[in-house]
Amino acid sequence: MADEPLVLGIETSCDETGVGVVRGHTLLADAVATSVDEHARFGGVVPEVASRAHLEAMVPTIQRALKDAGVSASDLDGIAVTAGPGLAGALLVGVSAAKAYAYALGKPLYGVNHLASHICVDQLEHGALPEPTMALLVSGGHSSLLLAPDITSDVRSLGSTIDDAAGEAFDKVARVLGLGFPGGPVIDRYAREGDPDAIRFPRGLTGPRDPLYDFSFSGLKTSVARWIEARRAAGETVPVADVAASFQEAVTDVLTRKAIRACKDHGVDHLMMGGGVAANSRLRAMAEERCAAAGIELRVPRPKLCTDNGAMVAALGAEMVARGRAASDWELPADSSLPVTEPHVPGRHHAA
Amino acid sequence: MLLAFDTATPAITAAVHDGTAVRAESTQVDARRHGELLLPTVDEVLREAGVKLDAVTGIVVGVGPGPYTGLRVGLVTAAAFGDALGVPVYGVCTLDGIAYAAGQADDLDGPFVVATDARRKEVYWARYGDPRTRITDPAVDRPADIADEVAGLPAVGAGAALYPEVFTGVRPQAPVHQSAAALAALASERLARGEEFLPALPLYLRRPDAQVPAGYKLVMPK
Ligand SMILES: Nc1ncnc2c1ncn2[C@@H]1O[C@H](COP(=O)(O)OP(=O)(O)O)[C@@H](O)[C@H]1O
Ligand SMILES: [Mg+2]
Repeated sequence: MADEPLVLGIETSCDETGVGVVRGHTLLADAVATSVDEHARFGGVVPEVASRAHLEAMVPTIQRALKDAGVSASDLDGIAVTAGPGLAGALLVGVSAAKAYAYALGKPLYGVNHLASHICVDQLEHGALPEPTMALLVSGGHSSLLLAPDITSDVRSLGSTIDDAAGEAFDKVARVLGLGFPGGPVIDRYAREGDPDAIRFPRGLTGPRDPLYDFSFSGLKTSVARWIEARRAAGETVPVADVAASFQEAVTDVLTRKAIRACKDHGVDHLMMGGGVAANSRLRAMAEERCAAAGIELRVPRPKLCTDNGAMVAALGAEMVARGRAASDWELPADSSLPVTEPHVPGRHHAA
Repeated sequence: MLLAFDTATPAITAAVHDGTAVRAESTQVDARRHGELLLPTVDEVLREAGVKLDAVTGIVVGVGPGPYTGLRVGLVTAAAFGDALGVPVYGVCTLDGIAYAAGQADDLDGPFVVATDARRKEVYWARYGDPRTRITDPAVDRPADIADEVAGLPAVGAGAALYPEVFTGVRPQAPVHQSAAALAALASERLARGEEFLPALPLYLRRPDAQVPAGYKLVMPK
């Protein structure tokens, strides 16, 4: 529908320069430039390397997204950008670019939350989000159970990780196994050849007195590392595929169990999964099975929309426009620790 | 009609220049808020000059050297304006702007040196033959390592003021901070003379800090 808001979204919170264009719930373009190969030899994202790459990629990626979408910048109804959370210097490149385009084109600017964007992206796949939305958000920096009565204004945290994020655990275990960075996709691949029941790794925070919706993956990571070291110390070869599959099983078991529990406790009949780890094939399959058994509808975007991208930011921006939320000021700061409970950063005084 | 700005030093500075004279300028000094302050500052000078964005024919931007996070704010803003407005972006070495401003404020008729604060006990610096002519590439160094090269030369910029024992010829009458008005005036002269500009890319001068993890760290107590 041509009267739905046409929004361009910019994402630079980590190592992906993402620019997406959406019209309402319709994805028109999803351009991504990544600096992941430049970080690989360091075993993790180097903030300064990421920031330099964002600056180089910014304008070309915007041009590519507009071209792919077949729209002209002057037709946009707004420009959305990840204002946080994320790497401060990386965020600042996207926020500065968004301001300049919005100002030069005379469009409203929407500084939005990266985490709410990971949820809102599902509108591009499966239509309007139910209200409230129950969401399991699992990425390299976050693992949270969120309940969102309104994704543009009211996002509540039911629980989150008390130590490592799920994606961080994948990355660290991959490093122990010598599989490189990022670890999630490689472990996913190895695990397909392995036996998920080969090793019984611990399920964090699943005891009867543990918090229901919080997660802990640091103990699991340590336990996997010890298991591997013991084999190495004994001069045995490490069964990489079995370790990968058993580790992955422990993570996905806890994530799905707690997410379904949260749905039941809150009387919500669906579950949305988002964030980079939601690209994991075992997590998707297990969630599918368990949700079906519990009578819960599962909503997960295609893997490319689970990892960081600009379309998710555009999707949330379009919802901001559709719901008449206040635009951001030209002073909009990049906030590396923007709380998950703030879906966007409205201006104090309304920008032109 | 030029819109000029620079975020490579603690100053957030913007100016509008109409090819003959500076129409408006605004400069604030806040080393940690370039990202927040640049757009409002640009908005302010355009309003004050009574100039609409579509009348702007070129963007002038200081390309550093300078602390990276702030520097990138100016450069990505310039690139975005250039793309959105369809106008050229002219890169000018930040130190050149300071040299030009010093020439306007002070009679510097011989060689001199410009230095800004590079943090970590270093300076970004270059030598000038006159306020319009840089004779060395911008560099980043510890002041003590360049003492012989700058001793006795008139010196301007916050980096020189920070290390008076090395920059012995500090000029108290020269402005300490970058001024987009000076940057714009210099660019306007260069345009009139048909001179080349720098690409609008950052002069980082240092490689990114990055530690390659030293092997895999054992988590099991031995
Ligand atoms: N197939 C996968 N299986 C498990 N984890 C994955 C998979 N693909 C990506 N990941 C993990 O997702 C994380 C990246 O998530 P993403 O949302 O893209 O970035 P960020 O955490 O910066 O927001 C990384 O830790 C990566 O290992
Ligand atoms: Mg993410």
